[in-house]
Amino acid sequence: MTDRVPILKLGRVLLVSIQIDLEDQTVLDLQDDLAERIVTTGAIGVVIDITALEIVDSFVGRMLANAAAISRMLDAETVVVGMRPAVAITLVELGLSLGGVRTALTLEKGLALLERGRATSADRG
Amino acid sequence: MAAAESSERLVRLLTHDSEILDRWVEAVAEILRGRISRAELERELTDLYQALGQALREGGLNWRAEEYSEVRALLVELSRNRAQHGFTPTETATSLFACKDVVAPTATSSAEDISAYLQLGRLLDALGLFTIEAYARTREEIISAQAEQLLELSTPVVKLWEGVVAVPLVGTLDSARTQIVMEKLLQSLVDSESEQAIIDITGVPAVDTEVAQHLLKTVVAARLMGAECTISGIRPQIAQTLVALGVRFDDIVTKATLADALRYVLRRIGTEPAATGGPK
Amino acid sequence: MTRLAEDVEQTVPIVSNDDVVRARQLVRTLAQQCGLSLVDQTKLVTAASELARNTLVYGGGGAMHCATVRRDGRRGVHAVFEDSGPGIPDLDLALTDGWTSGGGLGLGLSGARRLVDDFELDSRTGVGTKVSVTKWAR
Repeated sequence: MTDRVPILKLGRVLLVSIQIDLEDQTVLDLQDDLAERIVTTGAIGVVIDITALEIVDSFVGRMLANAAAISRMLDAETVVVGMRPAVAITLVELGLSLGGVRTALTLEKGLALLERGRATSADRG
Repeated sequence: MAAAESSERLVRLLTHDSEILDRWVEAVAEILRGRISRAELERELTDLYQALGQALREGGLNWRAEEYSEVRALLVELSRNRAQHGFTPTETATSLFACKDVVAPTATSSAEDISAYLQLGRLLDALGLFTIEAYARTREEIISAQAEQLLELSTPVVKLWEGVVAVPLVGTLDSARTQIVMEKLLQSLVDSESEQAIIDITGVPAVDTEVAQHLLKTVVAARLMGAECTISGIRPQIAQTLVALGVRFDDIVTKATLADALRYVLRRIGTEPAATGGPK
Repeated sequence: MTRLAEDVEQTVPIVSNDDVVRARQLVRTLAQQCGLSLVDQTKLVTAASELARNTLVYGGGGAMHCATVRRDGRRGVHAVFEDSGPGIPDLDLALTDGWTSGGGLGLGLSGARRLVDDFELDSRTGVGTKVSVTKWAR
């Protein structure tokens, strides 16, 4: 039995704060749990906080991209926040650009981004 | 036997007169014209004079021998000092050559003394060249240390506006420097929570493929962190070179000047520069 | 080109997912000891993570040997990932971006190579694969 990353609900936004060195199984579990929770809570946004992550390898990178794609399909926007400079430089060197994943510097800015996104889509709707 | 005898004569030549050291200090002080204190000079040359006498006694003329290790160490220290205080290599080496004048033969010198003088002269010439090498090494160390400091100084990240940081790059960009800039810029985005960065390359005379790649990577890395990068001040020649090299900045916002870039990013973050009373 | 081992080599068996985490942690500790910059530490640990996962997933398990090394006055971390799996039939293809035999993004080997200073790949079909990497302090 491996640890699971907790998913918190803040209004209509789900907050995932990754605090541990991730094992591959934990990463896969998180992806499953997240999809599940988006549907059960009717969330319109997901913020994944990776401030504490010292590395993001291709496996975690793929999870972030998948999470963004899955949540978009379930009508929720995903924002990845708090990526460290060293992690960003490494991802670029690794060849991962995380296309389709929205990013923000901090949790606060990430939540604001979701807020703005909702306002514009409400205008259109 | 003959070698021992000749080294004995050399030692005598150097030490027969108690005034030799004083006259040597005098001669060197003349050359350096007060840019080094008399006391310091005296200390330096006394150490050297004594070490040289002992080395001659024990090691003969072979200045590369073990017996000369102290002489060499003193010379290295002397050369370092001279290099650090801005003396020329000539001024450094003449400190040794001056000793030759002091022990130079006179009309009354014996033939043996003259031959000893010639031998000592050759030794001092070799040691003089040794100081020049040590001098050059020190200068190289100084230059590389300065280059490193310059690298730090020449890549300042400045906050231009609330939420906007910029790096005005001046001078030739190499791969190492570009990498340092990249890391500093990205860290400053985190520290100042800025979502906009401007890389201004007005002061950069040329950009090669590798440097262009580093700039591109910086922009992508900033984007991964949730910030946007604008590149300003690309000179026409640089644009031509980059296109010829096959580098495209398609996906990146570029502006002609730093001012244009600032105006652009302020509009992006919803702050009109005119609103603060600045020039339109 | 000789590398001088500074310390005793440490070995981490890689037979499960949490061994990959352990391998990463050991590499990070050594990288910090060597005074690698934060960015270089991150690059090396990320490369180690990719390679350890390859050892586990494609090599069917194996081990990582890791030690701090010294060359020409520079310090570095040297890590070797070994398995006795099926091996890689086409090395050039395996080092191409985007090529994958498993379910990954195909960035494991080629990406890891870009993240380190020295990279050696030795693989024999039916015998196993050995990847050696070194990252030097700047």
